[in-house]
Amino acid sequence: MDVSQYLEIFIDETKEHLQSLNEQLLVLEKEPENEGTINEIFRAAHSLKGMAGTMGYKRMQRLTHDMENVFSEIRAGKMKVKAELVDVLFRGLDALENYLDNIMNSADEGTDDNEEIIHELNRILKASLGEVAEEPAKEEPKKAEIAAEIVKEFKLEEHENRAIAKIYEEGGIAYAITVYIQESCILKAARAFLVFKALEELGDVIKSNPDVQDIEDEKFDFDFSIVLLSKEKETKIREAILSVSEIKEACIKKIEALEIPAEMPAETKKEDEVEEKKEQAVKQTPAKQAAAKTAQAGKPVVNRSVRVDIEKLDDLMNLVSELIIAKNGLVSMNQTDTAKTDNRSGFNEQIEYLERITTNLHQSVMKVRMVPIESVVNRFPRMIRDLSKKLNKKMELYMSGEDTELDRTVIDEIGDPLMHLLRNAADHGLESNEERIALKKPETGSIFLNAYQEGNNVVIEVKDDGAGINVEKVKRKAVERGTITEEQAEAMSEKEAIDLLFTPSFSTAAVISDVSGRGVGLDVVKTKIETLGGSIETKTVLGEGSSFIIRLPLTLAIIQALMVELGEEKYAIPLGSIETIESVSMDEIKFVQSKEVIHLRGNVIPLVRLDEMLDVEKKEDTGSDLTVVIVKKGDKLAGLVVDNLIGQLEIVIKSIGKYINNSKMISGATILGDGEIALILDVNALV
Amino acid sequence: MDANKITQSDAKQYIVVTLGNEQYGIDIQYVDNIVRMQRITRVPKAQPYFKGVMNIRGEIIPVMSLRLKFGLEEDEFKNSTRILIIKLEPQSAIGIIVDEVKEVVTIGEESIDKVVAGTADEKATFLSGVGKHGDGLISLLNLQNVIIEKEAEQK
Repeated sequence: MDVSQYLEIFIDETKEHLQSLNEQLLVLEKEPENEGTINEIFRAAHSLKGMAGTMGYKRMQRLTHDMENVFSEIRAGKMKVKAELVDVLFRGLDALENYLDNIMNSADEGTDDNEEIIHELNRILKASLGEVAEEPAKEEPKKAEIAAEIVKEFKLEEHENRAIAKIYEEGGIAYAITVYIQESCILKAARAFLVFKALEELGDVIKSNPDVQDIEDEKFDFDFSIVLLSKEKETKIREAILSVSEIKEACIKKIEALEIPAEMPAETKKEDEVEEKKEQAVKQTPAKQAAAKTAQAGKPVVNRSVRVDIEKLDDLMNLVSELIIAKNGLVSMNQTDTAKTDNRSGFNEQIEYLERITTNLHQSVMKVRMVPIESVVNRFPRMIRDLSKKLNKKMELYMSGEDTELDRTVIDEIGDPLMHLLRNAADHGLESNEERIALKKPETGSIFLNAYQEGNNVVIEVKDDGAGINVEKVKRKAVERGTITEEQAEAMSEKEAIDLLFTPSFSTAAVISDVSGRGVGLDVVKTKIETLGGSIETKTVLGEGSSFIIRLPLTLAIIQALMVELGEEKYAIPLGSIETIESVSMDEIKFVQSKEVIHLRGNVIPLVRLDEMLDVEKKEDTGSDLTVVIVKKGDKLAGLVVDNLIGQLEIVIKSIGKYINNSKMISGATILGDGEIALILDVNALV
Repeated sequence: MDANKITQSDAKQYIVVTLGNEQYGIDIQYVDNIVRMQRITRVPKAQPYFKGVMNIRGEIIPVMSLRLKFGLEEDEFKNSTRILIIKLEPQSAIGIIVDEVKEVVTIGEESIDKVVAGTADEKATFLSGVGKHGDGLISLLNLQNVIIEKEAEQK
């Protein structure tokens, strides 16, 4: 059986479970007695084990299995949560993440057995239980053996009883069937699925125990039971079931029409658990189906799906129906057009209606693309915990605004820069414990990660209450490295000095540590953020800490732009990078180092002749005033000389393809209302 | 019977286009669409043989002039000028301008002469072979090399 089609779902859900395990373990470390947390952990570990098993990832299954044993003992109150244990568990999670990475890259879990971790787990387990840890793999088959050869009873709902009665009226028979799968079977769920499929050809399956979802998730031992309504004979059904390979036995019993079966005591215990899982499963179903649709067999690809709130989809659906109504309105108007002359106003009305719908549609689609930043930042508490141990500094991460939403494309990219900044804060920003005490600061350092929306931007702030950036030290270092001269350093403002940090291979850390300090940090962060269309700003107070403020555009796909004309051609300049628009007369242009500049409100701004840069055929020189669009890149300003302003427009960014070589000045293209294409200028490359 | 077999296994269909007075064949499986000449927006600083980009039903597609690529004189846009939309990969289409689209022909493997590799002429890499059809010769384009390889050289 080919499981590759489930791979994407598996990867998705494993990620989720691992994340939840990470979070819950952190809570558990602080509150070892928190029962809810322990239950949550146990559940996640259990599902993880089941899923790994279904997919045939034996090593992964084994490790989760042993971890689950530990959780199970904790849950039963036989074990205490100790720091040592938490460390091992975290290592286990890391190992699981490694497996997952391998799976994502090659659909194979790799060959690392992680014996050491398993060993450690079992040692701790033994030590705290004072007895040999049971080899739990044997547990399950044992249970199955006891139950073997009997048809399990069902608790039937009223409507199910009615259905059974009905099938007898129609001359059919209701069967209770218990199917036993061979214990050596790896893909239990797949086998069960085949049994279901075979049976559904013969009749209707009205009930199963555990329910279908759990069977799919492999949340069952080696047997499952179903109620089948069929007009076929018992032997034929048995044949059908046994034709599926790796099936050990099928026990079939007729259910009498009004039999009210007694419940087996063993079942009751299970029921609660199943119920719980069912709830979980139900919650996951819609998303799962969506994911399953996009799932592709074959090579695993990096997950590109977005989980969408069903409400948002409903919104979209509504808008689309309105769009159709509007279209119909226009169609009917077109048909009556020749007859009447006074439908000019009606036409306008329809256009306005259409306009309103498209605006709403646009907003809704944007919302669908938005993902809370939580999915990126939720791995940071764990990281800070590890850093704290590694650096031997006490620190705490405070996060706010995790629900701030950003475009999916931005979310995918922002993780690494944020991680860099947090590592920097932990390593360079915060002082060591002793220094902090000496400075009469609280011993535990604080790192803040705040996200919030501000106008059309999302701001993410990484702040620490550490030593701040020592500007003099930065300057000295820069002089040492030959980046700047002594004189330049003298003249440098604090801001300029801090900007030095963002130049490639610059690090102020005296000692290169494992965590950071290799000097491949801030410049990478800056480039990354700039490619996302954002900016980064630094504020620092010596002795009180520093903060890095990242501003990102809400979405990338649709932007506001200023349309300008150059000769016969139209270009779009993203509104986000425009400061002002000025009219400059020819005699205001000065020359500095034979480059054209203008003097504007105390700033000397270089002029960029766009028509020359872009080889546009020149219009006849009007000789009078120039229209200059002042754009900003970071703190740098530049004036773009254009022939004409057309106006502001909301444009959809499209790629111009990979074949064409455009020297980075063009970031994309957009299609205007009349079907014409306008190219979008990348201000970063022009300035 | 035998002839049928050959058609199925080795023969490929080609779209025959003309450039100047030479005929070229383009493997039909890569051709997505054939459109008439239309408005092309120039892209500054692009490779000289790229005419620019055009809008085909909301998709932005770069357009390349085969004439310029092959070192022939500049295109002269006539009524017969066509743009073939080629899709080597599903997500990236490219348009190529030709003088005229003539017909679709089926050429069997046996009537194709392979171009000898290592010819000094670098334009030879653009061809995968020369096919005989009727009494004419058709140069079969190696689209991979025409579209992609040359770009690497540019960088």
